[in-house]
Amino acid sequence: MSIDTQRERSPERELDTSLDAMPVIRGQLPRWSPWVGLVAVVLIVGGVLSATGLSIGLFAVVSAVVYAVGMYTASRVVEGPRKATDRLVTIIVTAAFLVALIPLVSVVYTVVSEGLSRFDAEFFNSSMLGIVGEGGGAYHAVMGTLIITGLAAAMSIPVGLLTAIYLVEYGKGRLARAITFFVDVMTGIPSIVAGLFAFALFALFFGPGVRMGFAGAVALSVLMVPVVVRSTEEMLKIVPNELREASFALGVPKWRTILKVVLPTSVAGIATGVTLAIARVMGETAPLLVTVGLATGMNLNPFDGRMATLPVFAYYSYVSPGVPREPSLERAWTAALVLIMIVMALNLLARLISRVFAPKTR
Amino acid sequence: MSTTTDLKAEQRAAKPVLQLGDRIFSGSAKGAGILILVVLAGVAIFLFSEAFPALVAPASEIRGGNGLVAYIWPLVFGTLLSAMIALAVATPLAVAVALFITHYAPRRVAQGLGYLVDLLAAVPSIVYGLWGFAVLAPASVGFSTWLNDYLGWIPLFAGPVSVTGRTILVASLVLAVMILPIVTAVAREVFLQTPKLHEEAALALGATRWEMIRMSVLPFGRSGIISGAMLGLGRALGETMAVATVLSVSGVVTFNLISSSNPSTIAADIALQFPESTGLAVNTLVTSGLVLFAITLGVNMLARYIINRRREFSGAN
Repeated sequence: MSIDTQRERSPERELDTSLDAMPVIRGQLPRWSPWVGLVAVVLIVGGVLSATGLSIGLFAVVSAVVYAVGMYTASRVVEGPRKATDRLVTIIVTAAFLVALIPLVSVVYTVVSEGLSRFDAEFFNSSMLGIVGEGGGAYHAVMGTLIITGLAAAMSIPVGLLTAIYLVEYGKGRLARAITFFVDVMTGIPSIVAGLFAFALFALFFGPGVRMGFAGAVALSVLMVPVVVRSTEEMLKIVPNELREASFALGVPKWRTILKVVLPTSVAGIATGVTLAIARVMGETAPLLVTVGLATGMNLNPFDGRMATLPVFAYYSYVSPGVPREPSLERAWTAALVLIMIVMALNLLARLISRVFAPKTR
Repeated sequence: MSTTTDLKAEQRAAKPVLQLGDRIFSGSAKGAGILILVVLAGVAIFLFSEAFPALVAPASEIRGGNGLVAYIWPLVFGTLLSAMIALAVATPLAVAVALFITHYAPRRVAQGLGYLVDLLAAVPSIVYGLWGFAVLAPASVGFSTWLNDYLGWIPLFAGPVSVTGRTILVASLVLAVMILPIVTAVAREVFLQTPKLHEEAALALGATRWEMIRMSVLPFGRSGIISGAMLGLGRALGETMAVATVLSVSGVVTFNLISSSNPSTIAADIALQFPESTGLAVNTLVTSGLVLFAITLGVNMLARYIINRRREFSGAN
């Protein structure tokens, strides 16, 4: 671009062309050209490929390339190189966005279409105890997931909230900086390492080969606490200081100020963050694989032996289906569908909370 | 500003006699913070205590029979290789997606589109594993064959092509999908923070939209893109289930991306071996977990460092 403008401004050029001969503006492609061009390219490429045997993937790729090249050439001839580059980048960026959506659509479509066949009452009413082949369900796995996630949430939400309050309202000096740093470190712990930690901790007390739901809950809370701390901290930070000062000025002690002024103001954001954190740990598989294992029957006691959880259930049903294969694969997909539905529902709930209960800003 | 008023508030609040409630409340808040430090120290101590037997065991007793380094090195290689490929695929895509959401999409739908990309992050990793196994792997065979036919002279695509498609290439693509929303989210944040005046100045000088982005948005967001990519890398390094489900492993060290013998990753190896392991094998796996922890820790700390450095000079936030 810089070269271009220099050439246009250079004196020689002004000398050998009179002002009248220079066009005031460059030519422009009509506004409708991108859309018409797209339709034309899609029709032509579709026609050619359907004559030779159509593959949707190939069709999309060829159309995109032909369209990009075509628009670039047309724009370069009519509008000049700068506009042409601009149009090319627009096409590339839009295409990238569409490409990014492909996996989402494909995942949701696959899970729903494969999972619906066993999405029935039996799936939610029976466990896998004594089941070979057809039938069976994941009632035990659903309960296990709820119990373990619930325990993890019960442990990490108070710790996370209090830590965030400490960091924002009380913390100064070396301890606060150390906590901030190590919460960052915790955010980066791979989920499998969290599982190994919980295993190592419990193996020390209960001997090697220990498997229990509570260990899984501990592993999940190692993953959950930093998420809760981070999101709560962000929310507490945006509570205006004027509110705190007004409360102090009325002689309210600090702890009541926090409980009655600061927390109610930021409760929507905190609830959103907590919900998202729950959704995140609910889908974790690796730590539960290491600490909880899998059980075929119902086990509602998280302190005694193996439990089934939805992600681990889906994993084992899929990779070691046994004979016959089909019923087990179907159960795996249905478990994945249930899991994805719970997680998506929690995500939507989080958005809803933040929208409905957002503090009124003037 | 907030810190100074905070300090004043502190001083004023500190003068009167502290109430009992105040003391309990601040004490428990502080205790929670200290608990986190204790837990993290516990992570390190317990992992080391479980890893210790493997560290001192004679080389012949480690699985594979050639010692700890010979066992862990191929896994480290596989971990780095898959994460790097995932990063190479995801970063340009994420930058483009972030640009689309912030600068190209119609303003009214932009937020909804961003939420759509965020949904990618909400899908549990086991679901990605099943999807990669059942959909992406079979679909990739044709593409891999094409790569091998026309680009086979590059060692990466030397083949022979895996017939199941459960290759490190597919595993890396699944990882790329999983880290895409993270990188996109960070890039989107920094692109939105670009000073409006810079953008408007560029446009007023006659720049096209792309020139405006190249001259004002991208330079401003560069460190944000880098740190987002590093956070994505940290996630890709530690990702377990997707790799464990998709990849068919044989523990070799090779750059061949599309053959049926692939290097495993640390996390996937732990997930695959742990349920059947006892005794020293468990200690070995915990040691490899420690190595993974160290790698991700380094990557994440570098990412945080870049983010924090940028925050100081840009005055954003």
